[in-house]
Amino acid sequence: MKKDYTYAVARIRSRELSLLSRKDIDNLLGARSYEECIQYLSDKGFGGDDSNQDASEMLSAEREKIWSLMAELTDDLSPFDVFRFNDDFHNLKVSVKAVTRDVNPTGMFMKNGTMDGEKIYEAIKAHSYSVLPQHLRQPAQEAMTALLQTGDGQLCDIIIDRACLEAMRSKAKESGSDVIELYAELTAASADIKTAVRCEKTGKSLDFILRALAPCDTLNVDMLAKAASKSLDDIYGYLSGTSYATAVDALKISPTEFEKWCDNKLIDSIKPQKSEPFKIGPLAAYIIARENEIKAVRLILSAKLNDLNSAAINERLRDMYV
Amino acid sequence: MDNLGIVFGLLGAALATFLAGTGSAIGVGKAGVAASGVLAEDPSKFGKVLIFQLLPATQGIYGLLVAFLILSKIGVLGGDPNISATKGLLYLAASLPIAFAGLFSAIHQGNCSVAGIGTISKKPDQFGKAILLPAMVETYAILALLISMLAVFNIPGLNL
Repeated sequence: MKKDYTYAVARIRSRELSLLSRKDIDNLLGARSYEECIQYLSDKGFGGDDSNQDASEMLSAEREKIWSLMAELTDDLSPFDVFRFNDDFHNLKVSVKAVTRDVNPTGMFMKNGTMDGEKIYEAIKAHSYSVLPQHLRQPAQEAMTALLQTGDGQLCDIIIDRACLEAMRSKAKESGSDVIELYAELTAASADIKTAVRCEKTGKSLDFILRALAPCDTLNVDMLAKAASKSLDDIYGYLSGTSYATAVDALKISPTEFEKWCDNKLIDSIKPQKSEPFKIGPLAAYIIARENEIKAVRLILSAKLNDLNSAAINERLRDMYV
Repeated sequence: MDNLGIVFGLLGAALATFLAGTGSAIGVGKAGVAASGVLAEDPSKFGKVLIFQLLPATQGIYGLLVAFLILSKIGVLGGDPNISATKGLLYLAASLPIAFAGLFSAIHQGNCSVAGIGTISKKPDQFGKAILLPAMVETYAILALLISMLAVFNIPGLNL
């Protein structure tokens, strides 16, 4: 039976009122100092009970709030695993490197994965891959073998990054939600495009590029890889014939501008969820909107801390959901 | 099988109550779930969301009204219970508009109320406009009630 999210969506509607709007972002940009920004965010309910939190603690508390709210709203968080896989695979990367380099990874783990980072580390250390969730098992073995045999950290990274994108897409298809599928597809496609550009700039071989690119529905990775093994113009030429044609101009400016294009496209695509009353879409849209908000706040706070001017920050800010 | 008339008549009354009541229960239930979601975040909106929740309740009342009328006409609540099978079937037919229009309109009004609750949870000042939309669904339940009542009132006068 299809799950009914009526209660959860009604609560999310009320929560959307406290999302930061463009006006709030302008107020943050207009703040005279980093401390004033922190005070403004604190007044908006950001952070935990501790009034002396720094930006990193505040934003980390905000991410945890997203997941504690989702746990309250639904008894099954698995459709949202797509959003948690990034943390899982980050923790896997940290664990594999910590084990092979014999360093203590405490403090390096992300908190909102589907499995506790310390447990992933323990499993990798003991070579007990069966303890790991399905989506981490094979990449963990592959990355460990690659790192132990070659000592190549970059190879280990591409194995894990590609596995993350594949796991996200496959989980998104299981969720049956358009928003979650779109999120996974855009994440995979933008990662592939960025990887292709980076590989072209560093002169990587076609084999390496093919290994690094994750399959996705909106891009033909073989053609993208071939283009990346030739020149940037070939990449632009290939993308011009895809649904990412409008991203080419952004890509020509800088990778950051391209990331902004991707984030704006995602935010724009989830806006219709504001009028959906029954399905999972508005919950997924809320998670994306909150992550986007946290990203914007992090950018503003680090700029304020480093005395960058508001115009420069403004150019890099993404559109907001509300 | 001499009393088939009252059997059909009673079946009509039961259908009017059961189907319209089921629709209202589903509609009110759905709107109630959404209302609880809003109240969990903002209890001050209780008065507004309660009105939305009650909108789909009327179909059940219309079904009950038609059922009462049929019961009194067929003599179950007193009077002469001897009615012909044809008249019994006519009462059954008279109950169908409110039974089915009540069922479906209440379910859809419930869905519409849920959407309206979402609207006022974000924009409480739009209460007037938000309530008009689910209220429009009521039109079709009222039309069905009208036809069911006209039929029930006029069946006894028919020469059958």
